[in-house]
Amino acid sequence: MLLTPGGLDMDSLDTGLSHAMGAGIDYADLYFQRTWQEGWILEDGEVKDASYNIDGGVGVRALSGEKTGFAYSNQISADALADTGKTAAGIVRSGTRRHGQAVSPVSVAASYAGIDPLNGLSAEDKVAMLKLADRVARSADSRVSQVSASLSGTHEVVLVRASDGTLAADIRPLVRFNVSVIAVHNGRRERGSAGGGGRYSMAQLRDAGVAERYAREAVRQALVNLEAVDAPAGQMPVVLGAGWPGILLHEAVGHGLEGDFNRKGSSAFAGRMGQQVASKGVTVVDDATLADRRGSLSVDDEGTPGQRTPLIEDGILTGYMQDKLNARLMGMAPTGNARRESYAHMPMPRMTNTLMMPGQDEPDDIIKSVRRGLYAVSFGGGQVDITSGKFVFSASEAYLIEDGVITAPVKGATLIGNGPEAMGQVSMIGHDMDVDPGIGVCGKEGQGVPVGVGQPTMKLDELTVGGTQS
Amino acid sequence: MAQAFDARAQQERLVSRAQQALALAVSQGADAAEVGASVDQGVEVSVRLGEVETVELSRDQGIAVTVYVGQRKGSASSTDAGEDSIRATVERALSIARYTGEDAASGLADADLMARDVPDLDVHHPWALSTEEATTLALECEQAGRDVAGITQSEGATLSTGEGVRVYANSHGFVGSQKGSHHGLSCLLIAEDGQGMQRDFDYTSARDPEALRAPAEVGREAARRTLRRLGARRPATGTFPVLFDPSLAGGLVGHLMGALAGGALYRQASFLCERLNTPLFPQWFSLEERPMERGAMASSPFDGDGVQTRNNRFINRGTIASYMLSAYSARRLEMETTGNAGGARNLRIDAPQEPVEALLQRMDRGVWVTELMGQGVNGVTGDYSRGASGFWVENGKVQYPVEEFTIAGNLEQMFANLIGIGDDLDTRGSIHTGSWLIDGMTVAGD
Repeated sequence: MLLTPGGLDMDSLDTGLSHAMGAGIDYADLYFQRTWQEGWILEDGEVKDASYNIDGGVGVRALSGEKTGFAYSNQISADALADTGKTAAGIVRSGTRRHGQAVSPVSVAASYAGIDPLNGLSAEDKVAMLKLADRVARSADSRVSQVSASLSGTHEVVLVRASDGTLAADIRPLVRFNVSVIAVHNGRRERGSAGGGGRYSMAQLRDAGVAERYAREAVRQALVNLEAVDAPAGQMPVVLGAGWPGILLHEAVGHGLEGDFNRKGSSAFAGRMGQQVASKGVTVVDDATLADRRGSLSVDDEGTPGQRTPLIEDGILTGYMQDKLNARLMGMAPTGNARRESYAHMPMPRMTNTLMMPGQDEPDDIIKSVRRGLYAVSFGGGQVDITSGKFVFSASEAYLIEDGVITAPVKGATLIGNGPEAMGQVSMIGHDMDVDPGIGVCGKEGQGVPVGVGQPTMKLDELTVGGTQS
Repeated sequence: MAQAFDARAQQERLVSRAQQALALAVSQGADAAEVGASVDQGVEVSVRLGEVETVELSRDQGIAVTVYVGQRKGSASSTDAGEDSIRATVERALSIARYTGEDAASGLADADLMARDVPDLDVHHPWALSTEEATTLALECEQAGRDVAGITQSEGATLSTGEGVRVYANSHGFVGSQKGSHHGLSCLLIAEDGQGMQRDFDYTSARDPEALRAPAEVGREAARRTLRRLGARRPATGTFPVLFDPSLAGGLVGHLMGALAGGALYRQASFLCERLNTPLFPQWFSLEERPMERGAMASSPFDGDGVQTRNNRFINRGTIASYMLSAYSARRLEMETTGNAGGARNLRIDAPQEPVEALLQRMDRGVWVTELMGQGVNGVTGDYSRGASGFWVENGKVQYPVEEFTIAGNLEQMFANLIGIGDDLDTRGSIHTGSWLIDGMTVAGD
């Protein structure tokens, strides 16, 4: 599927690799990829647009010490391998010419089924699913004025061949269903949206009843927002709901624990291995092995099997997320976190599914413990400056907590804090561990990859809430 | 450059592929069709701590086909522009159009709107630069930054250069193509004090390499921006005027254009629905688009529908004078296209400008914001709440750096509360503006 159309076989991979293993190069890899993407969009009750995209190519990387040469081609052919290989190897012009090691295929325990997720559901079925979401949302409440829904899926096939002998392949399905509604009442207009998916088939998505579920959830959120009052401004306790609010971990600690930033000393967590970086009781892992999750990887983009990597254990920093380059330069082992957006992008250490482990507290007790604060259950997105540690994330559904009771919904407020400091503010951790519905996209240096997050209900004693009511 | 790129030959190749795809689509049953095709090639060299870190050669191409069968639409695209692939792409688009629903607004823009005046806009200035030369420039940039006392670490400097060709053609017989180039140099540095590390950056970018700022100047400016952040405190919580740095003011223009975009309006997903010809800004403020400006970042004589672009005045003397429409969104709103399929091209502010020092004097006490974080902008309601860092201003003078706070308001009120614009024009992107001083925002800090 990957190599045959371009007339390649396993021997031609060795030849291709030998072009990239030029003078002075100590590691090289070839990354073959083909993707078939499909997207269906419903607006005004009709599926008005749909698209199909085919992409494919090979990325060739040559490393020498800390130097990387990289080139790619969207032709998968022997000529393209020779061209890109020589170009990538041009990063250094002198030195010993090493030979790649003999092939040793990587065996992995798959975290998802290697299927084509686009097949198994007819075009009529796909259209019907979108129309169902439209009907459910419109009949749920008369204040709903606009409904849009989308169904998308990617069938991705990759193969990695590296000079350290690595030979690994993966088939990665990824599907997603989304509903967005606008509700209007008394001249006020608000949006609600919901969605999810994972590494399985579109048929499984339909059988899970996502069209009805996300339509109802989007309407519920829009109606809550119609009632929302201005958010408070200033420092206060913040309780984060279980599941998707785990985006806080992703921003506040996750990025700061990626190997490249720590090797370069540019992360606020650099040089803090073994130190207390979070409250006792806080345990954070990056887990690529969760079954069928959006962020899961059976094998990463360098051919290293996906793993469960402890990052913080009981508040102590115990691990970084690594790719081969940074692991080698830091004298550590790769952790299966090398990821790239496509063959046309260089791999770097990235998160997969980043999770906080559950504690002992009752979620109700956590709410009751707050006299005046914020309860945030859904978020739009976040960002971090890994050097200063400052992170922000924007609530899309949040409520006031007054005297231990959840009261009025508040308009989207931005939460801001400092990663290491915020992790020290965690004072209660619920037992209600949950994962997000499968909607995360993480951006780093211009490359987007699908990720997952998860956490139980938890309380931070003090965080800055950026509303308008000071 | 290591790989040769013959822009003219690429242009001819893409035009012929586009025409081939159109002919194929029509012969296989499409009533109308349009094709976009592009090829881009570039080199990016990154250095860090005086050594080359990465050399990346890129070459991207793609072809996208949209077919209309009656009022039904189907789209397909591929990164392979070979003959077999074009055939498969057209067939896919046609097969999709069997399942999509009728849409009365779908179809090409009217034939009489197709661009006829297609001058060379002087946006193609390839840079014959070897990898070694690119490395030398990036090294010079980073070194100048690291030579500034107080800089303790570096994320490096990156030089990138690229050129490409874009073609749009449709079954009215319109074929538009444009060659373009883009060059840039950026530097990101780190400084540390007892309180922790801070980083900041500077960059230069241009269509013509001659217009880039000197590498050493970029490095020194990155160092200056990094060092001035050390010793940051948190500002008080309260209501204050906020001065937005030019690059951030350009972001506010971006939010405005997002709300004036036809796609947001017909979906009722904009806080500016049904606001045409009503006041939004103070009377002294106007905003216009100059798509035919020679050598500018976003210049193009035709839009994404093939329609002739024109000088739109979106805000005239404070009032919303025009929405930003494509052929499709215009039909949805029962209006005429403004030649904005693909967005606005080269936005320019028409308003009195004053020195930043004068704006600080008028601000008296408040926050000068130099960086924003997060996505806290709601285009449906105009609600605005973002993480920020910058400087505290007292008695019209900068006092100390501030960080870890948010600024919040509502875009509609923020635009009405615009009280001044700086003469410190940022011309690096497609939106040119100076700083914006906005009164009455909520600052959440200590």
